Amino acid sequence: AEAAELRARLRAVRHTVLVLSGKGGVGKSTFSALLAHGLAADETKQVALLDIDICGPSIPKMMGLEGEQVSECSNILFYVEENLGVMSVGFLLSSPDDAVIWRGPKKNGLIKQFLRDVDWGEVDYLIVDTPPGTSDEHLSIVQYLSATHIDGAVIVTTPQEVSLQDVRKEINFCRKVKLPIIGVVENMSGFVCPKCKNESQIFPPTTGGAEKMCQNLSVSLLGKVPLDPQIGKSCDRGQSFLAEAPESPATLSYRKIIQKIQEYCEQHHLPEEKIM
Amino acid sequence: MRGSSRSGLAVKPWRAGPPVGPRSSIGYSACQSEGAGPRAGGRRKREMRRGNMEEPAGERANLAGVRHIVLVLSGKGGVGKSTLSTELALALRSAGKRVGILDVDLCGPSIPRMLRVQDSAVHQCDSGWVPVFLGQDKAIALMSIGFLLERPDDAVVWRGPKKNALIKQFVTDVAWGDLDFLIVDTPPGTSDEHISTVEALRPHRLLGAVLVTTPQAVSVGDVRRELTFCRKAGLRILGIVENMSGFVCPHCSECTNIFSKGGGEELAKHAGVPFLGCVPLDPQLSQSLEEGKDFIQEFPKSSAFPALTHIAQQILDTSQRSS
Repeated sequence: AEAAELRARLRAVRHTVLVLSGKGGVGKSTFSALLAHGLAADETKQVALLDIDICGPSIPKMMGLEGEQVSECSNILFYVEENLGVMSVGFLLSSPDDAVIWRGPKKNGLIKQFLRDVDWGEVDYLIVDTPPGTSDEHLSIVQYLSATHIDGAVIVTTPQEVSLQDVRKEINFCRKVKLPIIGVVENMSGFVCPKCKNESQIFPPTTGGAEKMCQNLSVSLLGKVPLDPQIGKSCDRGQSFLAEAPESPATLSYRKIIQKIQEYCEQHHLPEEKIM
Repeated sequence: MRGSSRSGLAVKPWRAGPPVGPRSSIGYSACQSEGAGPRAGGRRKREMRRGNMEEPAGERANLAGVRHIVLVLSGKGGVGKSTLSTELALALRSAGKRVGILDVDLCGPSIPRMLRVQDSAVHQCDSGWVPVFLGQDKAIALMSIGFLLERPDDAVVWRGPKKNALIKQFVTDVAWGDLDFLIVDTPPGTSDEHISTVEALRPHRLLGAVLVTTPQAVSVGDVRRELTFCRKAGLRILGIVENMSGFVCPHCSECTNIFSKGGGEELAKHAGVPFLGCVPLDPQLSQSLEEGKDFIQEFPKSSAFPALTHIAQQILDTSQRSS
């Protein structure tokens, strides 16, 4: 009955993409926000961004919605653009110092509430930003969304082995719960000094980076995104980095990756949709 | 699933005896000896049985020889908690202290690799688990779930209660011996692991918590919430570290604030807690961690060295004032 309720609520969501990583701080939220902006650039598409990082909800700030609040009974998304809506636990907190100190079951309850009670409406792309790890939030979102359909997961990493060793676990998690992997994004992949233009590997790919890992595990490498100080600044100001720095090599990488994700989603329609 | 356990990493057969009451209910039963057959479906960790021991004495005994416990926390992931925990331990060892590291990040245990002991095994003694010791002097002891996984890529996909149970065991059942410092590395957030760790450590000598952030507002935003957690939990805040604070190009010495600058220092001022310092981005530090090298010994001239040793000194000073 619960599954049926969720299915009904999410019936008009055409594509769902989870953004995962075993590792923290690799750029999941940054990527989720930019993916949402990138997809919403097509004004004919309706995009929704759901932030289920309950302890560290970064999305409101990154989307310029910090300070917005929603009461418990509200079920409306916050709209950044006419076709880009956002939901996050961040909107339930009244102060930036408020901590959400919850054990697993309560977190699961909120995730279910988001999916069930928010009026998602007609959505072409639902992007779900997750916290790092392979725990309650991840099990729950996969479980609840199994009532509908998940196109797949995008896994974000940085090049160094300390990240990759956690990301391999995440890939195993996806395989275990039968979640298709759209591909891997290698973020913070090199830094070009703005003065002398020499490249430094701040997070060195000592074991071959994401490229080698993807080869070994037969997953697709969607692309590599270099470090750009403007990214952090745009996120802090709640602006779209893609709009603020359209010529940056990082922007070009992001756009290519977003296009690959779109192509993947369009190619992997459900049979019923094809008939329609 | 492969039939054999990781070969050559013997888990010595535990002596016979019924498991002690409540602990047995958290899933630690018969151990696997070498060459044991395929394990029961689904279990990924080596399991250990405790011998008969009075629970309260056991609980206090294993941490009785630890003089100071320091928690390394952050609301935010990927800011350098494990890095700081590792470097703090190496710096304190360099100052002649005996240090333990308890890695309670169950989903992403990074520390074994950072100290190049990822292939080590955990053994048992009468008091419980023996931590992995580093180096000839054995001045660093480490416990991590990383040592208990059959395969390093195995995901630990546990909900809260199971994580809480293991954390409690890590706190009470590891035979640390005599340590000047036990550094506890945590995963990001304010959830099961954090609540359980603080609860389990409360009866012991908790010196306080070090909070790590990167400079930008998105990180600081999460760390503010961690500060609230510390206050609600009655945890003393030893200070805030601003990590990844600026990058000096090795080619031309131009400094670029890749992740902004100053957010950690501002937060410390705003929250009225000590600011322990800024640690710059340092490719030699990242490389050391990748290769499991002792950065403090091998790269004293590197850009992150002064900041890291200064942080360790402040922790030492605080501990001496508290003793």
